Amino acid sequence: MRQYLIKRILALVPVLLIVGFVGFLLLNLIPGDPALVILGPEATLDQVNKLRAELGLNLPIYLRLIYWYARLFRGDLGYSIFSSLPVLQAIFERLQPTLLLTIFSLIIASAIGITSGIVAALKRGTWIDQIATSLSIFGLSIPSFWLSLILIIMFGVWVRWFPVAGYEPLKNGFLKTLRTLALPSLTLGFVNSAFISRVTRSSMLEVMSQDYIKVARAKGLSYRKVILKHALRNAILPIITVMGLTLGNLVSGAVVVETIFALPGIGQLALSSILRRDYPLTQGILLFTATVFVLVNLLVDILYAFLDPRIKYG
Amino acid sequence: MVDTEEKNFFSRFKGLKLVFKYRSITIGLALVTFLLLVSLLAPAFSTHNPMYKDPNIRLSPPSREYFFGTDNLGQDVYSRTLYGGRLSFLTGFSVMFISGFFGTLLGLIAGYYRRLDFVIMRVLDGFMAFPSILLAIALTAVLGGRLSNVIIALSIVYTPSSARVIRSVVLIIRETEYVEASKSIGASSLRIIFCHILPNSFAPIIVQGSYVFARAVILEAALSFLGAGVPPWIPTWGGIMSSGRPYMMVAPWIIFFPGIVVILAVFGLNFFGDGLRDFSDPRLRGVRGM
Repeated sequence: MRQYLIKRILALVPVLLIVGFVGFLLLNLIPGDPALVILGPEATLDQVNKLRAELGLNLPIYLRLIYWYARLFRGDLGYSIFSSLPVLQAIFERLQPTLLLTIFSLIIASAIGITSGIVAALKRGTWIDQIATSLSIFGLSIPSFWLSLILIIMFGVWVRWFPVAGYEPLKNGFLKTLRTLALPSLTLGFVNSAFISRVTRSSMLEVMSQDYIKVARAKGLSYRKVILKHALRNAILPIITVMGLTLGNLVSGAVVVETIFALPGIGQLALSSILRRDYPLTQGILLFTATVFVLVNLLVDILYAFLDPRIKYG
Repeated sequence: MVDTEEKNFFSRFKGLKLVFKYRSITIGLALVTFLLLVSLLAPAFSTHNPMYKDPNIRLSPPSREYFFGTDNLGQDVYSRTLYGGRLSFLTGFSVMFISGFFGTLLGLIAGYYRRLDFVIMRVLDGFMAFPSILLAIALTAVLGGRLSNVIIALSIVYTPSSARVIRSVVLIIRETEYVEASKSIGASSLRIIFCHILPNSFAPIIVQGSYVFARAVILEAALSFLGAGVPPWIPTWGGIMSSGRPYMMVAPWIIFFPGIVVILAVFGLNFFGDGLRDFSDPRLRGVRGM
């Protein structure tokens, strides 16, 4: 187990190198010159060349990559071309809304998903199962941007319970923050609950068809005990995996939802930085979100090995 | 419990009647087929030219003449939605096949050959670590906003997750007794992979395929909605909705109806996949609660 841990943590290095490399390649192959984009169409050639030199855009691509990695090892992600802020600072300034949005959404998604999944599995074949399953598939089928817009029309325009755009930071009071994040969290939570519910149901069904469940029932254990102790514990592995993957979906969802609800988060920052060709910032955001995602994946894998000793790691 | 009796996925298709006993398969298939046909036969079913702009009827609400209303340029939303379906289905199909093929291949290799597993999974982890929509936007930006490039971008986005799902299934199957038995009678690795592991992985591959198809339709719509997909004048489901966003309060139908069509299509795909999953895994068939 300890060896496995060390191995996995060391394995983060190549993954992050690959992430950095892919991010670097992607953005350097994009047609368009950031110097031209920044200075606008009226800039003289001299100005453009000067800025290109300042940004290091004149260097051959492999030198830029080496410098990028070298700086990375020193923990320096460079400066955003547009705001001139250090990349890490630019990211951390935008972290709060995205972090809270992700947490709220994951809570909503898990609560809806696991409950409805278990209920559907226990009532398999009945109308309750049909409704729960259909609803969860329905949720899986709704584009988050469409749901956002419908919620905006319903709750922001018709009944006006929640603001439809903007963000109140935590320092203005938790309740205010909660209000601004209500609709976006609801959107992402509902859309992602479907996946969790679906996996919970199928995982529970899978476990419940196993012989040890029949044995547990046959030896007289109560229904409740069998479900919670024998079935759910064995069904939890795929559910945890899906929750880990959902975190990635939530960051993706944040790009859409933050754009629609005008939340100043990482998702919005990422989209605008790609479209503006702000290389350092985009690379930084990709590396940052990737690091978080990889860490979560690692955690899931460790939990896997911890919870299910049958799975062997070579 | 360990499966000692192998399931042969294809033999079950001999009784096609059996398939349609599963209501969700029938409903899902019917829904998808209906929308697919209507989209393919868009010239016959559409009531107006999807590109024809009539400024006199800008933003008119749904009526007998314009079922889904008209958009800000006076184009018929209904007809545009029909034509948009062609591109969405084409995208979904292509992404499902491309990512399904490479995902299965990588998943089998990684799950079976434990030495390659480490390398393959780390590279895939690297790709999966990117939020899918950002990767898709970035790839589309690099390649240029053409439909074929959107398909390539989405295939790259969905291959790693498919591979991961297949790998996790292979990891379990390779520990079963029948694989051990084949090994002990001297079956080659290729034989074990293609005669034992692959057929037993079909259910998750297909469920994953339906899931990828569905997600690809939604993600394509999201890309177009954010203005990062195919050019705006080409009618796609996301593009139509995107054009309606500034007029959301005065003309919600531009967003509402194409959205409903997207939901129906994706719902049908997911419903179909779920039904197929129940059908193909006989261990779940007999279970009726406890």
